[in-house]
Amino acid sequence: MGIRFILMVNKQGQTRLAQYYEYLTLEERRALEGEIVRKCLARNEQQCSFVEHRNYKIVYRRYASLFFLVGVDNDENELAILEFIHLLVETMDRHFGNVCELDIMFHLEKAHFMLEEMVMNGCIVETSKTNILQPIQLMEKSS
Amino acid sequence: MASTTSSIMDTLFQRSLEDLIKGLRLQLIGESAFISKALDEIRREIKSTDPHTKSNALQKLSYLSSLHHFDMSWAAFHVVEVMSSSRFSHKKIGYHAASLSFSDSTPVLLLITNQLRKDLTNPNNEFEVSLALECLSRIATTDLCRDLTPEIFTLLSSTKIFVRKKAIALVLRVFEKYPDAVKVCFKRLVENLDSSDPHIVSAVVGVFCELTSNDPKSYLPLAPEFYRILVDSKNNWVLIKMLKIFAKLVLLEPRLAKRVVEPVCEHMRRTGAKSLMFECVRTVVSSLSEYEQAVKLAVVKIRELLLDDDPNLKYLGLNALSIVAPKHLWAVLENKEVVIKWLSDEDPNIKRESLRLVMAMVSENNVVEICRVLVNYALKSDPEFCNEILGSILSTCSRNLYEMVNDFDWYVSLLGEMSRILPCQQGDEIENQLIDISMRVRDVRPELVRVGHDLLIDPALLSNHFLYRILSAAAWVSGEYVEFSRNPFELIEALLQPRTNLLPPSIRAIYIQSTFKVLIFCLHSYLLQRESTASSYPDTSALSELASKREMPESSDLATFKAPHSEQDEVFNPRVSNQSSEELSVGNGGDRTISHGQTSTPVTSENSFTYEAVVNQLNLIELALGPLTGSHDVEILERVRNLLCFIELIKGEILESLVQKEENLNSAEMKSSKIIKLMSDAFSEELGPVSVSAQERVPIPEGLVLKENLNDLEMICGDIQLPSSISFSLVSTHYEEGVGASLPDLQSKEELEPPSEATSLLAEHRKRHGLYYLTSEKNDIVANDYPPANDPKLHDNQNNDTEDLVKLTEQLLVSKKRPNQAKPRPVVVKLDGDVVPVSAKRPGPKDDSLSGAVQEVLLGSDTRTSTSRSNPSDKSSSKRKGKEKLITDPSSELNENLGDAEKLDHENPSSRRSKHRTHGKERRHKSPGKIREEREENGLKDKKKSSHRHARHKTRQRADVPLNVVSETPVIPDFLL
Repeated sequence: MGIRFILMVNKQGQTRLAQYYEYLTLEERRALEGEIVRKCLARNEQQCSFVEHRNYKIVYRRYASLFFLVGVDNDENELAILEFIHLLVETMDRHFGNVCELDIMFHLEKAHFMLEEMVMNGCIVETSKTNILQPIQLMEKSS
Repeated sequence: MASTTSSIMDTLFQRSLEDLIKGLRLQLIGESAFISKALDEIRREIKSTDPHTKSNALQKLSYLSSLHHFDMSWAAFHVVEVMSSSRFSHKKIGYHAASLSFSDSTPVLLLITNQLRKDLTNPNNEFEVSLALECLSRIATTDLCRDLTPEIFTLLSSTKIFVRKKAIALVLRVFEKYPDAVKVCFKRLVENLDSSDPHIVSAVVGVFCELTSNDPKSYLPLAPEFYRILVDSKNNWVLIKMLKIFAKLVLLEPRLAKRVVEPVCEHMRRTGAKSLMFECVRTVVSSLSEYEQAVKLAVVKIRELLLDDDPNLKYLGLNALSIVAPKHLWAVLENKEVVIKWLSDEDPNIKRESLRLVMAMVSENNVVEICRVLVNYALKSDPEFCNEILGSILSTCSRNLYEMVNDFDWYVSLLGEMSRILPCQQGDEIENQLIDISMRVRDVRPELVRVGHDLLIDPALLSNHFLYRILSAAAWVSGEYVEFSRNPFELIEALLQPRTNLLPPSIRAIYIQSTFKVLIFCLHSYLLQRESTASSYPDTSALSELASKREMPESSDLATFKAPHSEQDEVFNPRVSNQSSEELSVGNGGDRTISHGQTSTPVTSENSFTYEAVVNQLNLIELALGPLTGSHDVEILERVRNLLCFIELIKGEILESLVQKEENLNSAEMKSSKIIKLMSDAFSEELGPVSVSAQERVPIPEGLVLKENLNDLEMICGDIQLPSSISFSLVSTHYEEGVGASLPDLQSKEELEPPSEATSLLAEHRKRHGLYYLTSEKNDIVANDYPPANDPKLHDNQNNDTEDLVKLTEQLLVSKKRPNQAKPRPVVVKLDGDVVPVSAKRPGPKDDSLSGAVQEVLLGSDTRTSTSRSNPSDKSSSKRKGKEKLITDPSSELNENLGDAEKLDHENPSSRRSKHRTHGKERRHKSPGKIREEREENGLKDKKKSSHRHARHKTRQRADVPLNVVSETPVIPDFLL
């Protein structure tokens, strides 16, 4: 499994989206998020975007007030994951139009849906923005 | 009636998820209060019969569970209900909730199989299929996988790309949970590798990348397909995954490496994407490091990364360098100035990586210089990184019994230096090394005592609790090797300085014990001095006295001396008797005497052990330790009492002797000097390092039943309190010697025995354990022509900035030859027990059954296409057959033999390449034969199962014979190799 989890966290450390690709109990999730957020948010712009944590490698990127954190296996390609994060942000941008934290908060299910299109079982399965957004647009039309 | 109205009310006035989020943001009543109120509502609403209310409640619950970590397992049944809703928008909420909250232990999982099957086979709505697939990929259990394998198999060739790629990604989980699915789905999965649709290929490659990383050798037969994708694909993501696959495969198959290295380098040169370039670099440095050209190219790229401003690239460059370091150190040396520069980067991760690399560069020739540079960095760094630096210096220098260290005087003073660095928290490690070195390296002891003395005498250090362990080591070393001390009186003062009351009791006890040793040494030297100057003993010089004393049968001394003082002198009594018994049995007293004689001369020449000085010291000790007789700590109390009683015993006679000094040294005076001599002998008995396995080598005496059940003893001895903990570390054993008086078995420091052993056994041991002292020490009398110890000049360039340091390192690294190379490395005592760390054993294949199944399918599909494999047949009978087969399988023997043959070939690397080819051919003939044989033996009906079993069996064998991997390769067609 390449990607273990994807988190979106704001500057204050509040989780805005959490998607796990392996089962963790609520307690484990809470602990993991707490530790990671503490580790990553303390870092500044001049420091690199990779943090080793337990047996994971965290690749993170900050967009405005929102941190995108992706936990991956140790041999995963860090730069590719950074590109993936960027793709995710671009996709959301295209859908919401200049995406912000509030968009994700109030349309969490859509954000999840996009992620589900992009990542399946920890593997990236789709990298085309049009393809990712197609089902969501269909659904919006039908409802 | 009431419930219907409330349900209607709920529907009309239900808060939507949006309301919930808004309320959370407003936080009028506080978050937790608001959430508990919302949860109450949800609990009510979720029971509603109205699907909209219900799904809405579930949606809110999922939100709270996902982002605020509230338990939602209680709602599992409601989740199942919402999942089965006919409306897509509800179903979606249900599926999302399921994948969020279900685990393997969720009981309602049994209920959803049919729902999932229905949704998976929904011909009209591909989005429902996709929902089910997505959910399965998160929650699928073995049962679900088994039951739904046929549906997933169908979806693997779905015409809808949207569905097919998800089914492919799901297969990964299915294989993991239910390896038998491989037989059904694997062929289709492989077929998808040839798909013309890039999305499908991307998904399949992702799956294979994961599968390969767990068990590479099963997928070697697919190398041709992988190779084609590696060469043809334009998708960077796919290429990265492909490189990861090959990084694993080429380690198993050198011929493959030869083919792959060119395309990898081509990608590395061509690509503009940093991610792909980095993956190429990583593949080359980790798996293709034998190919000089490729590595050179990779190192050029690494250098580009290192010099980039982007911290990410910097970090990755360092990362790649540390992979390449073990095999191609030149790559690191080439970039050393950059690496050292990043030691002072802002980012702790980057600093850590570069520290790791600097440590990789350390060799015997530059260890002194690198350590100096690093200590300077440590002084400037934040406490955390400072400790990391110190920690890695300590671990690198002590590796393999200090193999890096030639100049122990330098190293010991470095240890002293490091102790004084303020944020240093490596006390334990430094303590261990100080004591370890003191025992292993005889030549370094004078310097060690000097360093210890400097540490002890500094009152400022006593306020730093991180240093206590180091100080305890320093105190122990100073006491144990006091004969090297330049000024024993000063040492006593240092050990008794008022601020020692800041120390914890256990360490204070070591201080007091060391004081005792030093005092004995002083008194003994005083006596020797006096004897040698006394006119009444013209024929006895100090040295001859010492030397002859050893030959005297001490047991008789012991007897006379034991009688009057048996009560108060328990401390040293057993020790002396122990020592004398050692000497009787082994007779190794000689060498110690010589060293003692040698070294006692400088002391006596510098310090005159005058009568006044000795009396002063006695008074000082009494004064300083007097208050401690009221101490509540047993360790301290015991030692203080011993010391004070001893002083009392000696003092009267020494004072007396002054009066009579000129006239005669009568028998009374002789008594005290005898005591002192005996004590001195006891303390100068050398402590050697003891092999961990020493105990094992003690032969078991005849007639001794070690495995006898001693439960009855508990009844008899139940009321005797045994000491609860006995520390076996050398330091603590040392201070337990004092306590040892009451427990006879503790006195012999190298016997690691529980005190409950029978005393006869103990006596036996004591008689023999001398044998397990190191004999190597006898012949290691190396000329003591050490130049004066390198005085630490570190303080001078403490304020150098980075550039200077870089320059310094550069110079130092360039000048490879150390100037003082001429000095021989002192002997470092080694023991059998000090096993050089062996690299950890590789774990066997993680998933036997999965790899077995995959290999079976791959081997099968390459030799003969069998459709019968894909339909699941009954299990009970085939399983039984399979087991029978295992026992009487002739082909497994064949396989083993082959494995052996391969192994032999591997041991002869020069002929490797040519032989492989022939083996490959040979095997190509054999492998179909094997399968045919198999089929003849088994009925057609149970073919599938038994061959599967067989494959499993093979995998296990392979784990035993690690090198016969190549025997699995013949299935790679010729066009690739």
